[in-house]
Formats: sequence, C-alpha cells, structure tokens
Amino acid sequence: MKQQLIKARNLHKYYAVKSGYLQPAQSLKALAGASFDLYEGKTLAVVGESGCGKSTLARLLTMIEEPTSGQLSIDNIDVAETTEKSIKKQLRQTVQMVFQDPFGSLNPRQKIGNIIQEPLIINTNFSANERHQQVLEMMELVGLRNEHFQRYPHMFSGGQRQRIAIARALILKPKVVILDEPVSALDVSIQAQVINLLIELQQELGLAYVFISHDLSVVRHISDQVMVMYLGKPVEQGPNEAVFNNPQHPYTQALLSATPQADVEGKRQRIKLTGELPSPIDPPSGCAFNPRCQYADKNCQLHEPVMELYGDSRVSCLAVAQQRIGQLKAS
Amino acid sequence: MALLEIANLTVEFATATGSLRAVDGINLSVDEGEILAIVGESGSGKSVAMLALMGLLPWTAKVSADSMLFDGQDLLSMDDRQRRKIIGKDISMIFQEPMTSLNPCFTVGYQITEVLCQHFGGSRRSYNNRAIELLHQVGIPAAETRLNAYPHQLSGGMCQRVMIAMMIACQPKLLIADEPTTALDVTIQAQILELLIELQQSHGMALILITHDMAVVAETAEHVVVLYAGQQVEQRSVKELFKSPQHPYSEALLNALPERAQEKLLNAIPGVVPGQMDRPKGCLFNPRCSYAQEMCRQQPPELRDGILCHYPLAMPNPSMRKDPDLDVRTQ
Amino acid sequence: MNHSAVSSKSTLGQQWQEFWFYFSVSKTAVAGLVFLVLVVFVALFADVISPHEPAEQYRQFAKLPPAWKEGGQMQFFLGTDYAGRDMLSRIIHGSRLSLLAGSIVVILSLSIGVLLGLIAGYRGGWLEILIMRVMDTIMAVPGLLLALVLVAILGPGLLNAMVAIAITYTPYFVRLTRASTLSELNRDYVTASKMTGASSTRLMFVSILPNCMAPVIVQGTLSFSTAILDTAALGFLGMGAQAPTPEWGTLIAENRDLILNAPWTVTFPGIAILLAVLAINLVGDGLRDALDPKLKRS
Repeated sequence: MKQQLIKARNLHKYYAVKSGYLQPAQSLKALAGASFDLYEGKTLAVVGESGCGKSTLARLLTMIEEPTSGQLSIDNIDVAETTEKSIKKQLRQTVQMVFQDPFGSLNPRQKIGNIIQEPLIINTNFSANERHQQVLEMMELVGLRNEHFQRYPHMFSGGQRQRIAIARALILKPKVVILDEPVSALDVSIQAQVINLLIELQQELGLAYVFISHDLSVVRHISDQVMVMYLGKPVEQGPNEAVFNNPQHPYTQALLSATPQADVEGKRQRIKLTGELPSPIDPPSGCAFNPRCQYADKNCQLHEPVMELYGDSRVSCLAVAQQRIGQLKAS
Repeated sequence: MALLEIANLTVEFATATGSLRAVDGINLSVDEGEILAIVGESGSGKSVAMLALMGLLPWTAKVSADSMLFDGQDLLSMDDRQRRKIIGKDISMIFQEPMTSLNPCFTVGYQITEVLCQHFGGSRRSYNNRAIELLHQVGIPAAETRLNAYPHQLSGGMCQRVMIAMMIACQPKLLIADEPTTALDVTIQAQILELLIELQQSHGMALILITHDMAVVAETAEHVVVLYAGQQVEQRSVKELFKSPQHPYSEALLNALPERAQEKLLNAIPGVVPGQMDRPKGCLFNPRCSYAQEMCRQQPPELRDGILCHYPLAMPNPSMRKDPDLDVRTQ
Repeated sequence: MNHSAVSSKSTLGQQWQEFWFYFSVSKTAVAGLVFLVLVVFVALFADVISPHEPAEQYRQFAKLPPAWKEGGQMQFFLGTDYAGRDMLSRIIHGSRLSLLAGSIVVILSLSIGVLLGLIAGYRGGWLEILIMRVMDTIMAVPGLLLALVLVAILGPGLLNAMVAIAITYTPYFVRLTRASTLSELNRDYVTASKMTGASSTRLMFVSILPNCMAPVIVQGTLSFSTAILDTAALGFLGMGAQAPTPEWGTLIAENRDLILNAPWTVTFPGIAILLAVLAINLVGDGLRDALDPKLKRS
C-alpha cells in the first residue's frame, strides 16, 4: 500500500474583499470545498480556467495560508491541530512548490548556487561544504552543469530556469511537489524536456505531484487523478481515463472540446461555451456553471449540486444526477 | 496574384554586443482570403518579421528584403506617409496582450471611432453606429452600453474582441494576429479563434496567425510556415505538414506533443534555440537534430521546395537516411 | 545532452561591461564622472596639493586679487581673503568638508530611510501608516527651513547641520524603498523563500532589499549634490560649519561683505560648489539611465 501523503477534506478559503471604505467587506469564495487524497508516487492534476481556485489550493497545501474551514493532513499529521513549531517546519519541508513563471520565481540578485541552497541554510545545520556538495548533486540530477553554480538567473533560458526552480524545490527532499503551471511559460520543445524531467524525478524519488494546469493535453499525459474546478469548486474528479474518455460534467465536456488538438483529420463538433467566466465575488446562484451550461434548467439556478459518484468519477451536477444529459444527447 | 509577397526578408538589430540577426531570409506569400500560420518558438523571429512588415520596429532595426509587395504595391520603396495609409487600413494587427494593447485612458467607443476618423475623416460621432455594429460583429453583448466602458472594466476575452473590432473597422484585406489567444483561458481561446475564422470567411480577408501552438495551427490554418532561429525551415500545407513533416525540426516539434507520445516519456528536442552568441556552424538546427550528418555541421543548407535542409525527411533515396544513432556514435 | 546556458560567456565582467555601455552613451555623464574623480583626488591629497595652510594668515597680503589680475601674486593663485588666507588652499581643503558632508548625509538618510521603507512596505498595517504619516509631515515642511529649525535646537556646527539635513532627506528614501518593496513583495521568488520557512529578517534583507537598490542608489547620488548645496547654505546662514573652518558655504558667508571690493573671495567658492554639484548631478543622471531598464534602448 502506498503511503498517503495528503488528505484534504472539504477545504474552504474565503478572502475578505473591500470594494470601498463605506461598503461592508464582501467575502470572496476562492475555494469552496475541495476534497482529495494524494499518494506517494502519484500525480493529481488540478484543471481549470483563471479564477477557479487552483492557486489558492496551492497556497493552502504549501501552508503559506491557512484554510478557512476544512481538514488538511500532510503526511498523516493534521495541519490545523499542530501547534508545535518543529513539526510545522517539518511539514513545510514535506511540501514544496515550483512556480509558473521561471523569470519571476528566481531572485535576480542571487547566484544559482545560493538560490538552490537557500532552503538548506534556513532549515538545516549543514556546513557550507556539505551544502555545496548537496547542491552540486541536485544540479546534476536536474541536468544543470557544475559551472552554473556561480551564475545569475538572467543568464539562463526559461527551460534552464525551470530546472533551477525544480532543484530548489527538491533540495529539502520533499515528498510532495506542487507544480503550478510549470511548463505553460515554456516553448513546446522545452516543455517536453521539463515534463520528462518531472516524470523521471517522480519515478526515481517516489514524489507525489499536484499538477496545476490548464493545458489538458499535458494533464492527460502526466496525471493519475484529475480534478476539474470551476469558480472555486471541484465539478468533476476521478481517474485520468474516466475523466478524459468519459467526461460527465458539462463543463468538463466543454473544456475538452475547446482544447485544440494537433490533428488535421476529422474536425470535431465543438461544444460552444457562451459568455464569460463570472466573477468569484458574485457567483451565480445554484450551480455556478448554470449561466453557461446548455443543460441548465430552473433547478440548476435554485439548488447547489453536490459531489456524487457516477461510474468511476465523482461529479457535481444536477443534470447528471437526473440523467438529463443522456436524454438531450439522444434527442 | 498573391495579396502579400515577401522575398528574402531580413531584419538585423544593433545591440551592445554587436548585430543580431533576428529574421534571416524569410519568404512568404499569402493569397486573398487565406489563413497562413507562422509557427516557431520564442526567439524564432515570427513577431519581428510581421512588425517589420508593418514598419513598427525601433530605429535600431535594419530591415532589408528582395521584395515586399502588398496588393501590387511595393512596401519597401514607400515613404512613411504612404505606408501609414495602408497600415491600419488594409493591413492591421492584433497582439498577444489584449489588456495592454488598448489605451486604458479612453473608452472602447472612443478608441474604435478614432480608428475610423483617422482613415476616413469626418466626425467621431458619425461613426457611433458603425462602432456598435462592429461590436455586434465580434460578439459583444449589449454593445450600446459597452461603448462607454473603459478597458479595465472588461475581461481579457472582451478586450481581445474589442481589439479585433478595432482592427476590422476599416475592412482590412490582411489581418495579422500575433498569438491572439495565448493570454486567454481555454474556453475563451476557442471563442476567439472561431470568431477570427468567421470574420475571415465573411469578409474574405487574409489572416496571418502567429502562434507557438501546433494544435491551434492544426485547427485553423491552411498553410503553415515553420520558423527556427529566424530562418524559415519549412513551408507546406497544414495537412501535409501534420501527415509527413519534411524538416527534422517540424517533425521533432510534432513528436514533442504529449498527444503523440508513445510512452510515458515525451520525445523532447534536446538543447535550446541558439542565441546571438552561440550560433552553430552549418545548419542552425544541427546540434539538436537527431539526423544531423557531417554535411549539416559544415555547410548551411539552401532552401529547396520550401524546405531548408540538406536531407529532407521524405527523401526517396534511402542511402541518405542513415541510422541516427550511428551518427551520434561516430561524432 | 547539451544543456548550455544561453550565453555561457556571461560573467560579472560582462554585466559591468553592459553597465558601462549604457553609462558611456551619455558623454556628459562621463565628463561629470571625470570631474568628480578629480575632486575626490584633490580632497584626498589636500595636504600635499594645497600651497598653504588653510588657516595661515598672511596679514600683509590681505585681499590680494587672483594672480592674473593686476597686483596679484603667483603664490596666491586665486587671491586671498580679508585676513590674508590663501583662497585656493581654503577651497581645496573645503572640498574635503563638502564631500564629507555629502557622504555622511547620504549614508545617514539612506540607511535610515531604506530601513524604515523596508519595514513599512513589508509589515504594512498600523506601522506602515505611522511611518508614512511621519514622513509626510517631514516632507510638508520646506527642507531648508526644517534643517534650520533642527540646527537651532541642536546647536550650530557642521555635524549637527549634517544630521539635520539627513533628517529632511530621509522621507524620499522611505517612499522609494517602500514602493519598490511593495512591488517586489508579491513576486514569486519571495513566496518561494517564504515557503521554505525563511524568517522575516531574511526575506527583507536577503531576498527583497537587493532588488530595491537600483532606484535608491540613483536617489542617493542626486541627494549627494543637494546635500552639498544645503550644507553650504546652512554654512552661509551661519548655522553650519563655523569660521574659520574652510567650508565652501562658510567661505562665502565670511567674505560676503567684500563682495564689491574683493569679488574673487566669494566667486571662487561659489564656482567650486557649482561645478561639484553639476558633476554629481550629471553622474546621477547617467546612473539612472544605465540602471533603469525602462529607459534602456536595445
């Protein structure tokens, strides 16, 4: 049995947003009820468009912020209940993160070697020599050369910088790595290099990934479990094959059909999504997706759907619950 | 006769460390009502080439070409004044970042009518109806009220629609779209691409689509030009390119896509695009090319049938197609 | 596998080279730099260069005009003042005091200002409000007037004048640092450090501060020149360096009665102030052009 590394139950995160001095603060539901388990060596992909709560989830998992409600256990330790500093520090080392923009995530005034060893300086008591040795090993692992130690970030291309960021994330030997759109800022040919590196590292070190992305073709390739989110809520969640081969939620279906495919044969019928993403400050009543959904009816505006298991995936949709989607397709 | 014909376009920049050749001998021809895609990684010169066509490059750039004909007129010999009459009226361009392409200080309506006044004269008010009509055309709901909106009040997708409305205001014969959907969400990207194709068909205008995304090319364009490090390496019809790419770079680009991966690891292209300082001898792609032979390392290839390669992949002579592994070993 | 960096030849030397490329675009900045180096050299070796002791009084040669004027003598090249002291020597020695005043004012106001700005930007909340409102209050009073009041409280003297001027300059550094801190604070590399458990002090001084320094350095050079001016002004008003200290402003003040019958005693210290300030301003402008990426043309 693989070890369970993250257990999240019903995570919520609200932010208070002030629109003016005289108005009362509104609450922005950045994340409303995410539950998942993550096991050693597995990849959970979190998919969604801007404002869907992907980044908030990352901030909760890396313990930069605390959830408003819900339970989060890392490595079988409940995060909210631990008050002891040393355990918190240890938990923090268990989860590390790689950011989307490799140009913003590296301090431009620090040398590569110092960037990579900073976590060691903060968290361990190794001597300078030991640290140096560890950094060199890590640089080799991610495909950087020894002489890069003394260089500054601006001398590297995007792909190389992402390797540096990965090295920094791995230097504390974490068990979970949060990858926040790690390849979307990179060129196609470089993307493949970085994805390969991530896959190799996972196999070698038994890492668990939370892979946040909007690129479905990459997600399909790399993930074991997929969680599709819309406006802070998961709408469909299940194993890779189930979600991609048999998408059930109308939003998942639309997302899949909107993703362009590198295939010139046979143009597919697109499901057209009309309208824009609503603002998370003022989400539509009932199901958040109802204004853009072709299957929506009155019930969808009144009642909020809940996650339920259909086949292999858990889906939160009234139309699926009432089996209306199948009927519409048939007619 | 083609609408736009460019032969041997070259752009050089003067920089602190010497001159940099960003575009190196590009040949393009676009027919009326055609969609041409230009694909390449960052630094491949795809945007610079189009900016050169528009005459929008800074003074440090030196543009030269054997010919640059638009609609029978020679853009090269034209002075700035004549050029301005064509640019923005018959040729227009939309950019990657819709939020920064619009002036934040003026309303949407002001900016659209401004374009019309510039090219047709007359008062701004007389074009109000035309502006509303344009906003309708690009699918903006409640166009009458949106005329008075400022760019920051609109979402990214809406801003891109406004940009498109501005650019088609003068019914251009050629629209250049520089990564028009890269900054947008997947479902919005599908909407915008659909809109562009719809407009292209209904107005009969030609469209040059600059992108790095092979999937977008497959779904939209008829012809494609593949650029690498400022050089044009392959020019084909999209169908042919996706079925049997002839340049090793095009093939490698396609094989690097996650959809085409046979196993868990992707077929990444090793190395990075050469920069200003480390241009290889011979073919620019040779250090990353798995088919490279001695000839490729010594002599730059010449353009034959739209392909810049000593040994194009569809070569019938099998003696030329050696086992790539053998070559690596004999290096 | 070939993982070569974009430009493998890049080193610190190249960074310096690039800086010099952009700095040397402006010929005036280079001229300013040359003059500034000259002033520093003169200040350092004042004892060797100056022909006389600055306080030595040659009573028989009082109010001697410059050497090229009728009645002037070569040994007193720029003439003498009312007490027969050599103007050239006094100006040379004055350069020491002026540079000293400039440096101390800049160091004081820069270090205090950067520290406060960093804290205000990083901490936020009531501390930020407190710091920024105090700074706004200081800025609301005309600088020289405030310095005068402060010197009046602290007592006249060169050191007190420098402290007073430093206080009036601090708000500019606070504002500048706070603004850059705020923009750096949300960058991913700061979050990355935060995630590994970096302490606030480490975040402030190791991660953020080095990235805020470029505009602060430029402001520092520009303050250097105004500090020299203000010290001279306080000296002229009798609140700065006290006679017989050969401070440039004090030199003008003690000779101002002679402005009609021995104009050189006032003119040459004035020219010295003018040239020094001009040179530093030119260098400051050049620095800004070279350090501000927005102004870079490539």
